[in-house]
Amino acid sequence: MTNATAMEKQAGREVARQEPTRGAPYYRPVVDILEMADELRVVADMPGAKAEDIDVEFENGVLTIHAKVEPRQPEGTDYLLREYGVGDFHRAFQVSEKVDAARISAEYTEGVLVLHLPKAEEAKARKIEVRTS
Amino acid sequence: MANRWQASRGYPVSRLRNEVDRVFGDFLGEGLWLGGRLGLRERSFPAVNVWEDEEKLQAEAEVPGLKVDDLEFLVKGNELTIKGERRDVEQEGVTYHRRERGTGSFCGVVRLPVVADAGKVEARLENGVLTIILPKASSARPRKIEVKPLSA
Repeated sequence: MTNATAMEKQAGREVARQEPTRGAPYYRPVVDILEMADELRVVADMPGAKAEDIDVEFENGVLTIHAKVEPRQPEGTDYLLREYGVGDFHRAFQVSEKVDAARISAEYTEGVLVLHLPKAEEAKARKIEVRTS
Repeated sequence: MANRWQASRGYPVSRLRNEVDRVFGDFLGEGLWLGGRLGLRERSFPAVNVWEDEEKLQAEAEVPGLKVDDLEFLVKGNELTIKGERRDVEQEGVTYHRRERGTGSFCGVVRLPVVADAGKVEARLENGVLTIILPKASSARPRKIEVKPLSA
């Protein structure tokens, strides 16, 4: 078990270290991670992406989110004010909770990606009834 | 992995800012970001990109999670005001492991370099990106002056 954890950790580092082959920068989306009774929910701001260009992977306890974002303005646009850059989004998380990988689902609306990671049965909190004899 | 705001506030942009400051005075000065003055959370006013061509100015802001009804904008002369609110969906029995996405209302004024034709402003909201197209007022457009030879 400790072995698996070490491997997972290593996998997490590997994923985080992956670099794109293109020179263009990619951005780290801001996220909320919520834990509920029966699921872990990841909410990520990924404005400007299209649902079909978002990839979500879950492997060896590592959740990877990647969205391809095409430039919205032609190259060489002369900006009067430029406060943010447009490019691909990428982020990876090491998920320590036991998750039912087969039932992970995702939805994307208004530039926000919501991932539902249902907890595996054994990881759900169970209420134990205390009986008197 | 670049943090997109830090990245965009790095060297090339500060150079651009200086350039823009020089051209438009306090265009980017303290007076610009009302949001900061109102004591809202840092960066609660969405980042804005503005560019132009001969006919129009275009402004773009990233407002993920907002619907058309959550946004309001006003154009008055050379000022574009953007207001909005991202609602907090507080839920019972939830533990936040990370909370990076800001919520709450924001209001900011972007001072434009020229006067926009307020009646012809168009906006669209797509995948959390707000794009505002502001045609320049006819007085602000470059005019081509024909040079006629003096008739003898």
